[in-house]
Amino acid sequence: MIYLTRKIEFSAAHLYHNSAFSAEENRRIFGKCNNPHGHGHNYVLEVTVAGAPDPTTGMVLDLKELKEILQREIIDRMDHRFLNYEVPELAGQIPTCENIAATIWKLLEPRITRGRLHRVRLYETPDLFVDCYGDGDAR
Amino acid sequence: MTLHLTRRYSLSASHRLHSPRLGEEENQRTYGKCNNPYGHGHNYVVEVSVSGPADPATGMVAHLGELDAFVAREVLETFDHKYLNEDVAAFCERVPTTENLCIEIYNRLRAFPGARLERVRLEETSLNSFEYAGESDRRAS
Repeated sequence: MIYLTRKIEFSAAHLYHNSAFSAEENRRIFGKCNNPHGHGHNYVLEVTVAGAPDPTTGMVLDLKELKEILQREIIDRMDHRFLNYEVPELAGQIPTCENIAATIWKLLEPRITRGRLHRVRLYETPDLFVDCYGDGDAR
Repeated sequence: MTLHLTRRYSLSASHRLHSPRLGEEENQRTYGKCNNPYGHGHNYVVEVSVSGPADPATGMVAHLGELDAFVAREVLETFDHKYLNEDVAAFCERVPTTENLCIEIYNRLRAFPGARLERVRLEETSLNSFEYAGESDRRAS
């Protein structure tokens, strides 16, 4: 089994706010992430696909194809966007690193038709990242 | 779907690798310059990974403020800017290799109430790192 990883970056804004909480609770739980006009990050996304190399091409999957999928599904959707308001897949969710990574997993998993999606790793900053795995695949 | 959240922390400490079970010459041969008598230091990076479902109300696996406070209390306050051999009780008997430090940090963080501790990864330098996921590491089977 080979694990192939492709990295992309996108920049986006977000804020954390749960309308079921009072203003005070929002401030206590989310801290400065609750600032009303939001703030942004340079997100770094690492997508890992597992599979055996094709005997003819020697590739797990065509990197060009993966690059196009990442462009279409992630960059076109999220880059230079305000995640709370402009990404319908995140509507009704707090756009934490956890929820963004899980959303990215759901967007990519059905698009990876050669090999299988093994891991989505999303860095919000160099000191904070989330790994998303399929059921039973964490390692 | 499984979510692992990882947070990186830094701590600076000194240590000396010297085993009371070995003679002077054998210590020198085993540990080389890490056996120099007055110790030396590193900027360690601690990567703490916890797992669990994202809370629907907050979108979080673990509240970062709570995790930061727990790591500060259990790890950083104990090890940061210390001489591991002399200042940390756990290393009075055990050699403070980064392997043993990684296990010690893991054991201290297991009690984190906010999520399940998955793994501790400890960088001694940017070129050396160690990981520990407990005795029942799923990857080991």
